[in-house]
Amino acid sequence: MVTINVNKFKCGYCGACVSVCPAGALELVETWIEVNESCTSCGICAKICPVGAIEVKK
Amino acid sequence: MKNEYDVVVIGAGPAGSITAKTAAEKGLSVLLIEKRQEIGDPVRCAEGVSKVWLRKHIEPDHRWICADVKGSRIFAPDGTMVEMAEEIAGGEVGYVLERKIFDRALAYEASKAGVEVMVKTRATGLIIENGFIKGVNVSHLGQSYDIKAKIVIGADGVESKVGRWAGIDTSIKPADIETCAQYLMSGTGIDQEYCYFYLGNEVAPAGYVWIFPKGNDMANVGIGILGNKSGNGKHAIDYLNDFVNDKYPDAKILEMDVGGVPVSGSIERTIANGLMLVGDAARQSDPITGGGIINAMEAGKIAGEVAYNAISRNDVSTDSLNEYEVKWRETIGREIDNSLIVKNTFTKFSDKELNSLGHSLKGVNFSSMSLLDLLYALFKANKKLLWELRVLFKTVVKYELDFEK
Repeated sequence: MVTINVNKFKCGYCGACVSVCPAGALELVETWIEVNESCTSCGICAKICPVGAIEVKK
Repeated sequence: MKNEYDVVVIGAGPAGSITAKTAAEKGLSVLLIEKRQEIGDPVRCAEGVSKVWLRKHIEPDHRWICADVKGSRIFAPDGTMVEMAEEIAGGEVGYVLERKIFDRALAYEASKAGVEVMVKTRATGLIIENGFIKGVNVSHLGQSYDIKAKIVIGADGVESKVGRWAGIDTSIKPADIETCAQYLMSGTGIDQEYCYFYLGNEVAPAGYVWIFPKGNDMANVGIGILGNKSGNGKHAIDYLNDFVNDKYPDAKILEMDVGGVPVSGSIERTIANGLMLVGDAARQSDPITGGGIINAMEAGKIAGEVAYNAISRNDVSTDSLNEYEVKWRETIGREIDNSLIVKNTFTKFSDKELNSLGHSLKGVNFSSMSLLDLLYALFKANKKLLWELRVLFKTVVKYELDFEK
């Protein structure tokens, strides 16, 4: 169950979100972000994204 | 690509390339993998670097140097300017690089030393046997391969997974990351011999705006704010847009870069059995300047040498690799720790305090001052600062350190 939404048109694929994810749920694969099922919707990635490309799905 | 090497390095940034080159020069067989199709792109960096330290690793080349910088101009929130030239502006006098070309030049140096380089090749996991890292699972063009290695180097940047796979918690707290956005702009009209910094909690909460010259009339105009100040509808890019619209409404945007810079200071552990972390993956960027290139290259040099020593001893356990841990902490680690103290003080300053510091330094001739003189001048203006920076003050006196590279 993927609980965040990464707007790929806004994303600058910098990987900052990957570094702050406490669950290790994110991965920067070449030029896109992948999210796995360990995501807890904590929202830290959405908070720190430099371009505001991440939205937490509630 | 073979299925076995002495050393596999994951990530071809400055940390990875220098580690790989150093290990290959010692005679080890080395594979350097990069997940992207182009080394050095996309840029996630303000591209400033100290001349003296850079020369220790590579001969400067006009093909990847955009500007030659002789000083910094720092602006307090009320506009008070402090100018620092030659020597004092953080030790450097520096260059502004073209990272896209620079990073590839470093990978080229590694390849010349005998390193095998593979792009579009991503690490997907570690091969672990009896508590020892024995190699890497990689994906190249969608095909999976297992590559054995005596030592694996995690140089996989801010988004590092290698450390986590090896059981080292490298996740960063929001208060320990600067979230950054930058435009390469033409037409700002800045003096190409200076770096500019704008402080203030309105322009850049717990961070600053930088403008670094990029040659001709171009400049990197960027901003970093502390992660815990980001969000609630306003992100780094929004602060940057506000600054640029206000200051340079007529300048043109030629490129957009974003990135996160670890400012956590030294992490607890950067080694495991058969594994070392270097550069941003080891959170070795400077907590106050955000500079990571020099620290990455210094750490890479040490890691390359230690890899050789450990393999020669036929012992790649943490006991053996501890040589790396000790050496980087004694050198760049010490400066990282000092910068962390400054960062923790700096990010708490109100605009009023920043203005007061600016006034106390206004008109001071920095070109003839040592770092100690600078600290004295600051302490005279702000007694509280002396207390908060007391630890730093002691170490500076003891080791006569520069706290910036």
